[in-house]
Amino acid sequence: MEKFTVHIGLVAPLDRANVDTDAIIPKQFLKSIKRSGFGPNLFDAWRYRDIGEPGRDNAARPLNPDFVLNQPRCRGASILLARANFGCGSSREHAPWALLDFGFRAVIAPSFGEIFQNNSFKNGLLPIVLAEREVDTLFHDVAAFPGFRLAIDLDRQSVATVDGGRVMRFEIDPFRKHCLLNGLDEIGLTLRHAGEIRAFEAKRRAEQPWLFG
Amino acid sequence: MQQTLYDKLWEGHVVRREEDGTALLYIDRHLVHEVTSPQAFEGLKLAGRGVWRTDSIVATADHNTPTTGWERGVDGIDDATSKLQVTTLDDNIRSHGAKAYFPFLDARQGIVHVIGPENGATLPGMTVVCGDSHTSTHGAFACLAFGIGTSEVEHVLATQCLLSKKSRNMLVQVDGALGRGVSAKDVALALIGRIGTAGGTGYAIEYAGSAIRALSMEGRMTICNMTIEAGARCGMVAVDDTTIEYLRGRPFAPKGEQWERAVALWRTLASDPDAKFDRVVRLDAREIKPQVTWGTSPEMVVAIDERVPDPEREKDAARREGMARALEYMGLAPNTPMRDIRIDKVFIGSCTNSRIEDLRAAAAIVKGRRVAQSVRLAMVVPGSGQVKRQAEREGLDRVFRDAGFQWREPGCSMCLAMNADRLEPGERCASTSNRNFEGRQGAGGRTHLASPEMAAAAAIEGHFVDVREWR
Ligand code: SF4
Repeated sequence: MEKFTVHIGLVAPLDRANVDTDAIIPKQFLKSIKRSGFGPNLFDAWRYRDIGEPGRDNAARPLNPDFVLNQPRCRGASILLARANFGCGSSREHAPWALLDFGFRAVIAPSFGEIFQNNSFKNGLLPIVLAEREVDTLFHDVAAFPGFRLAIDLDRQSVATVDGGRVMRFEIDPFRKHCLLNGLDEIGLTLRHAGEIRAFEAKRRAEQPWLFG
Repeated sequence: MQQTLYDKLWEGHVVRREEDGTALLYIDRHLVHEVTSPQAFEGLKLAGRGVWRTDSIVATADHNTPTTGWERGVDGIDDATSKLQVTTLDDNIRSHGAKAYFPFLDARQGIVHVIGPENGATLPGMTVVCGDSHTSTHGAFACLAFGIGTSEVEHVLATQCLLSKKSRNMLVQVDGALGRGVSAKDVALALIGRIGTAGGTGYAIEYAGSAIRALSMEGRMTICNMTIEAGARCGMVAVDDTTIEYLRGRPFAPKGEQWERAVALWRTLASDPDAKFDRVVRLDAREIKPQVTWGTSPEMVVAIDERVPDPEREKDAARREGMARALEYMGLAPNTPMRDIRIDKVFIGSCTNSRIEDLRAAAAIVKGRRVAQSVRLAMVVPGSGQVKRQAEREGLDRVFRDAGFQWREPGCSMCLAMNADRLEPGERCASTSNRNFEGRQGAGGRTHLASPEMAAAAAIEGHFVDVREWR
């Protein structure tokens, strides 16, 4: 997993609540057996005027100019600003893969779908929860200031305007923070406790043998 | 300390705890399907790791398998990328092993959340995970069951554990008797309508009360299944006689002396009488009417005798805009009576409502009637090969066929439309599935979620009707 320490980037505003993972990456693109290549089909149904299919040349497809990510001001954006319950619905990890592949490193929203939030952490995409009010203000800022950027500092758990004029704090589990800051392989970490897992398992096997075999 | 059912299940699986409360949780059952597993097996291989405990794995291909043309074998999967996923799962299970594998075309193949319980592979007290959000279904058996992403699938394959933080406890208490024509699906939709699609975020839900106790296991599975649509990752029901009778004699359920021991232990899987819940939601079963969704989120739902809501009456600006956008996508005018909504297609299936009881309920409505001329396609997709054969033994396939329904092979089918079964842009569907998101059943398709009875009656009339009055 790629480390996340400090990130400064352009903010793209997606002003809709309850954006589900079907919208983030539609099901026809889940047929891939790889983790990469989903970026061109991020928000496919909103981004293009036609219906996308895997294997098509996305560069040749008609774009929907009204969709925010197609607008010139969002070119190169790496922080997505979203509304409540972002990433609800299906557990598809293709959603954070698509966001990362597109170039996003962080999503800021008042709340997230839990599985999506989990999946994001595992891939080095930082889901940041800010209060509804703060998110509202950020939507205003993005609209008011072309090229609006934010600086995210994971260690300090802060999101700041680049002039340093406003600093917002966010919460994150210490363990998750530690893994992200160091780009740790969670499986490797867990396997350090293989002995404990084996002991737990042996006890369970003795007590409830029907769960095994 | 008085514990909730969730507290007991959680505590019983903690291998170790980090300082911040993150727990390493032991996983008993790992359900695997073709869409969310290939990258996990690939990851294992790249890291040179093996599978920790293969006998925890039960696998099947369901998400993008076709529901017709099975006589053509694997070649019947016209889509090359879908076929690759199905054969990749075959390869992965063959090289790593599993307790059970029901591959495409197998007599016991089916939707992963249908085959687990029906084979007795889902047992009370287990932790059950799967790379699919509707894993919450298995909570009906007093399991701690939740959906995970592909990285976590890999984590479970490699370590038999997951890193997780404990949720808060929510009790959903449903008392009273459900009226005629009102089913578990309506309870689930009514709850989501009440608390919203984020209402359960951060909680584990326990369903209790006389209405839940009165439900069959199928009905409890329907409610637990929809828990994720209420924002909670897991929902559960305590063990009672219904649970135990359902499991008796299932292929993977314990037998003989072990059965007796297991039952004694399972009987303890209920919340203590004075256990504390962080939030309690009460529903009166007698007040629940048949529900139909009108929008693009499961919380956009009303009772059949109501009208499509008017965004003008919504005070909150963000909600108003969301409603207006949903109505535009759905091609609906505000204040339209739900009964007047005409449909093009009907889908009876999905892990929410494709079990034998669902098919019986729908068949009872359809029997001796004909699908309306205006309905282009009405299809029944049984949840598994076993459900299909049981239905055929009971003659339900004939009832559906005689009425003009198509009787298909099992799988997820038009619940998410990864295979050839889908809505065309603008088509409107009465569906027994669980998600009415934009494009869920096909790009531009319009989904109305309803119970099997309501979807069946809509097929006959060509528009929604109130099954309570309609006979
Ligand atoms: S039936 Fe639908 S919701 Fe259920 S597992 Fe299949 S795709 Fe997911």
